[in-house]
Amino acid sequence: MADNYKNEFGVFAERPQVEKKYYDAKNIFTGLAVFLLLLILPLVPNLGKTVPPPQRSLETPVIQKLAEKDRKCIMPTDWMRANHMQMLVDWRDNVVRTGEKGAANGRNFVNPEGKKYLASLTNTCMDCHSNKDKFCDQCHNYVAVAPNCWGCHLTEGKTLAEAK
Amino acid sequence: MGMDRREFIRISGLAALLGLSGKGAFELVRPGQVEAAMAAKPEAQGVVRWAMVVNMQKMDEATAAKCIEACHRVHNVPDFTKPKDPKDAVPPEILNRYEVKWLWTEHYHNAFPGEEPPVMPEKIAHLPFLLLCNHCDNPPCVRVCPTKATFRREDGIVNMDMHRCIGCRFCMAGCPFGARSFNWRDPRPYITQDYPGYPTREIGVVEKCTFCAERLAQNMMPACVEASKGTLIFGDLNDEKSKVRDTLKRYFTIRRKVHLGTNPQVYYIV
Repeated sequence: MADNYKNEFGVFAERPQVEKKYYDAKNIFTGLAVFLLLLILPLVPNLGKTVPPPQRSLETPVIQKLAEKDRKCIMPTDWMRANHMQMLVDWRDNVVRTGEKGAANGRNFVNPEGKKYLASLTNTCMDCHSNKDKFCDQCHNYVAVAPNCWGCHLTEGKTLAEAK
Repeated sequence: MGMDRREFIRISGLAALLGLSGKGAFELVRPGQVEAAMAAKPEAQGVVRWAMVVNMQKMDEATAAKCIEACHRVHNVPDFTKPKDPKDAVPPEILNRYEVKWLWTEHYHNAFPGEEPPVMPEKIAHLPFLLLCNHCDNPPCVRVCPTKATFRREDGIVNMDMHRCIGCRFCMAGCPFGARSFNWRDPRPYITQDYPGYPTREIGVVEKCTFCAERLAQNMMPACVEASKGTLIFGDLNDEKSKVRDTLKRYFTIRRKVHLGTNPQVYYIV
């Protein structure tokens, strides 16, 4: 078969012959092996281990004081678990940026049951969940997220301080 | 599908003709609507405009100190001269640079530069003028902020969204009143007593007086006004019956650096 080889410069009688050979095969494969090893290395110590799921604690003075039927968050627990971060972002925007429209409106949060809350991480959330290390940090560490709330926001609310 | 030069010119010519007659067509169908949409919205009526009057006739060192203390306590403003841990002491030569001030005092010639008469009452020259963010109507800090972290609210308060501040310090350069301070380091070790319920700031953000927006939202007067026992008067400038309005009508007041055109909203009775 006349295997004419064509490229943009014209038609050639034969394909150019290139010797098929791995150059520096030794170095390449050694390098690849080292790379894979390094890639896997951090995973080795945890191999076969199961990390226990976080055990968040609700044992805080304020929650303990509540009657059993009142022990619920501002929204259903499952919803809070999935959406608390978005809710806090909304609160933040409402309080800081749009809150001035009608003075207190931005600072009020009304849940579907019609109960009113002050939209405040420190003053509302942390009032009940005063155990940040056993409540917030447990899960955040487990899923390896580091929210930067605590650089500014204090973990102790005013209502809590007054109750002391 | 190709388009030759002739076709292209014909289409663009038609498009230009349509574009030019577009406004005329709008005027035929909806007269006056285009102009109405382009004009600036009129200033909303019945809107609050917060302002403060500082009565320097009543002001003295003790009152000023009380106001500053109240303000800095409820806003967790650090005092770099008083670290919680002696190990964190700031060298005296940089104390001045690190200082975070929401409310502070200056003498007349520093507070009102260029406006001091050659001869003036000695009493006034030595009065501690209480200075703070002027919550200008035309705030340069808002104009220069690249992230809109500083913004002017409808009620006139020039507020800061610390979540957005990237610490570029343009606002500090923009503010002609020196009302803004930068957090050169973590302020937490220098807050003598954490005031629960109000956040601290972090390293790398700018901060300033907020006219106590968080207290106003709860129908409380700003902390300095409460501590001043009547020396500071705060209220709604748009409300004809408000005390600020009344005070401004009865007394002649001066403002800082009015010639710069920022329209500051802190007034001084001298």
